[in-house]
Amino acid sequence: MGSAGLIWGSYWLKASSAAQGTAEGSAPWLKPSELKITPTYCEVCFWKCAGWVHKNDKGEVWKIIGNDKDLNCNGRFCPRGTGGIGQYHDTDRLKTPLIRTEERGKQTFREVSWDEALQYIADKLARIKEKHGPECTALFTHGSGGKYFSRLLKAYGSVNVAAPSYAQCRGPREVAFYATFGRGLDSPENTDIRDTRCLVLIGSHIGENMHNNQVQEMSDSIDKKATIITVDPRFSTAASKSKFWLPIKPATDMALLLAWMNVIISEELYDKPYVEKYTLGFEQLKAHVAGFTPEWAYGITTLKPELIRNTAREMAAAAPAVIIHPGRHVTWYGDDTQRLRAVAILNALLGSWGRRGGFFMPEAPVVPEIELPPFPEITRTWRMALKGKYALADLALANGLCDATIPTPDLDCSIKGWIVNGTNLMETLPDRKNTMKAIENLELMVVVDTMPMEITGWADVVLPECTYLERYDSLRDTHHREPSIALRMPAATPMYNSKPAFWMARELAKKMGLIQYFPYETLEEELDHELKQMGTSLEEMQQLGVKTLEKTEPLYFEEGGEVVFDTPSGKIELYSSTFADAGFDPLPVYTAHPEPPEGFFRLNYGRAPMHTFTRTVNNPNLFDMMEENDLWVHPKTAKINGLSNGQEVWLENQDGVVSSSSIKVRITERIRWDSVYLVHGFGNKSSRLSRANGRGLSDNELITNVMMDPIMGGTGMRGNFVRFLTSKNEESAV
Amino acid sequence: MRYAMAIDTLKCVGCSDCVVACQTENNVPIGYSKDWVREILDGVYPHLHLEIRSERCNHCDNSPCVRSCPTGASHYTPGGIVKVTKNKCIGCSACIVSCPYNARFVHPEGYVDKCTFCDHRVKNGEKPACVAVCPTKCMYFGDLDNQDSEISKLLNRRRHKTLIPEAGTTPRVYFLI
Repeated sequence: MGSAGLIWGSYWLKASSAAQGTAEGSAPWLKPSELKITPTYCEVCFWKCAGWVHKNDKGEVWKIIGNDKDLNCNGRFCPRGTGGIGQYHDTDRLKTPLIRTEERGKQTFREVSWDEALQYIADKLARIKEKHGPECTALFTHGSGGKYFSRLLKAYGSVNVAAPSYAQCRGPREVAFYATFGRGLDSPENTDIRDTRCLVLIGSHIGENMHNNQVQEMSDSIDKKATIITVDPRFSTAASKSKFWLPIKPATDMALLLAWMNVIISEELYDKPYVEKYTLGFEQLKAHVAGFTPEWAYGITTLKPELIRNTAREMAAAAPAVIIHPGRHVTWYGDDTQRLRAVAILNALLGSWGRRGGFFMPEAPVVPEIELPPFPEITRTWRMALKGKYALADLALANGLCDATIPTPDLDCSIKGWIVNGTNLMETLPDRKNTMKAIENLELMVVVDTMPMEITGWADVVLPECTYLERYDSLRDTHHREPSIALRMPAATPMYNSKPAFWMARELAKKMGLIQYFPYETLEEELDHELKQMGTSLEEMQQLGVKTLEKTEPLYFEEGGEVVFDTPSGKIELYSSTFADAGFDPLPVYTAHPEPPEGFFRLNYGRAPMHTFTRTVNNPNLFDMMEENDLWVHPKTAKINGLSNGQEVWLENQDGVVSSSSIKVRITERIRWDSVYLVHGFGNKSSRLSRANGRGLSDNELITNVMMDPIMGGTGMRGNFVRFLTSKNEESAV
Repeated sequence: MRYAMAIDTLKCVGCSDCVVACQTENNVPIGYSKDWVREILDGVYPHLHLEIRSERCNHCDNSPCVRSCPTGASHYTPGGIVKVTKNKCIGCSACIVSCPYNARFVHPEGYVDKCTFCDHRVKNGEKPACVAVCPTKCMYFGDLDNQDSEISKLLNRRRHKTLIPEAGTTPRVYFLI
């Protein structure tokens, strides 16, 4: 072993780490420059796959490869993760702090020092606290750095922390599964696709969404000849891999779910011992679904009764190794929590929850939090802003906080300050006009991002965060088949004048007299402290990237064993007492949703595998894979409307809103005649995004009809209808 | 030794990860690519069939590109990998015209470039970057001369095809169907 370094596995290590350059020069962990490959977990999407950043011979960031030990990716990153280096190399990045100025009526930004930017924020927050109270502030976050701004906000006196991933995405599913099984699904979902014999996807387009290990496991299930059943008005990639594709009429999924229950119960295909032992309310359910025959559902869904029966039997034949997949983005029609309750009930009838090939019981690691002084008492929370509505919301609603920013006479605390971290709210929250109105009422808006997203244009202060390849972040502690932790450390020093969120939050804390909530000067020290309590260290994690911890709970229920569910009754609640007590239907019912008026088509949207919405559209590597979205139109629809392939069209919705940009028509048999489809995240309006600006069309602009879920406040976004405009001038014809 | 690749079209979702991974591994300039994804749809709604293929140079046994190269820049390496020697290439594009698969392009530095089956990785016992990264594990790489290799076994067992067989190029990239 030479004196310059030692070889440990494939990692090159420096024997001495004396030169740390920090106050505690003897810290045993290494600097990024001392490692040829550094561990990270991905920040391109919420799946957070763990991997290694490789450097080339010149020591420059070169490529990112999945970590073999990571259950989220099994050593294989998805295209977005592989292309994550583009986020680092993108020259359009935010480079230095900015403060909004007004010169002769023109709104503009000036570059400022970090000290000036942070002092400006601290002063404004102090004024808001004095004038309105600290609760009149909110944090919107969809990024790892949110943890530190959240801590800062709580220390300051507000618990208004919302992620759009709840009420604009997976919230209804969480509430429905909690009510049924006493446990949500969280991320990554505990679907045991690897060992399933039947996978049912309802509008979920695995393979176009790159939820990494789910995509991998669906592929495994194809190898193992599992049956895939896909319900989708569009011939999705998953539909093309399916034994059964059910081209359902949009917005009628609930009728299909009820008919499936009807078949499974009337033909006695359900898991009798399981239902008897673990569930409550079977008789009520049986009576409830007795009338919902496949013939009844045929008229609603346009799916042939035989197809409904055959697929129900196929599921039952595979049970309990069957998954009626809950999906992820489920805020569609406003009765979404009820639809997801139907999904949960169906899984319960087939006995798939807690069974191999159904849903495994995941385990998350316990990361000991550092000791902090108690946070101040909060008297007003986000829940009060909902004024008694959405009783079963268990997390703050991003849309709720947005609404609470618009002053109304019955609201004693309208929100005056926003911190927006890593989420482009203009494309995330439906009803853009409402969002703009809210922003106009703010006294302070801070946006923390790596890119000049449209939302940054609305900010008073823009703070440039360095990318995930240039920073430490909190440990990844999400659940999976085995509990594990993953480390993100910088591969390189931050480019430009960008900084990590931890540093920003801590510097702000200093200026706000809250430094006691950030006892460690560096995140390295804080992480090392946490890791030491878990029997490892930052030094060790720099070599491992991912550490799997001991599993303490079995992956599946013991056959016939006792299980206590975290529901009011301790049973799986087919009949939900939680819903009944809160005044909602205890069993899911079918509601007919509005249909497109004459000449209009339902606007459906989804994902492409190479993008994570607006976050990646300007990433040079991923832009190269897909530059803009196109509009899927059925050939008959195209013919009636005189559209040709590749033609640019604008869309106008039912409320007369016209898209600000156009989109190319893609005529394809893969879409039903009554709807159109496009990939979400395009049509960006930020001239500082040199590649993505104005490319493609934003579906969000056209989502002005928001169908609110009365149970948890989800924003149903699939009740919007559009017609084609061949030139923008037709706008006046409305 | 006869290297070959097989792509399982039943598993491929067309995510383009193979393309991104190739670009980063091989420092392919943005805007160029050595592999690509093609989707072929048949039928009328709702009776449809979709074939998704990750495509690249077929490393043909009988390569028109090697035959048409006037300088010997295009050549076979041991194992049958078709490569271009950069400093022998004059950028005449004869190979590009002769390739029925449109697998080659002129690199901005002036020479013709294409898939190498990542021979720099294969030499070290690694899989090509596209195969190693594929989230669906739909891509296989190995030695056809070895009857026990995974790829030999797969091709024995599974129905498969090559692209434009009528061109007589004898491709070494197979598609499982």
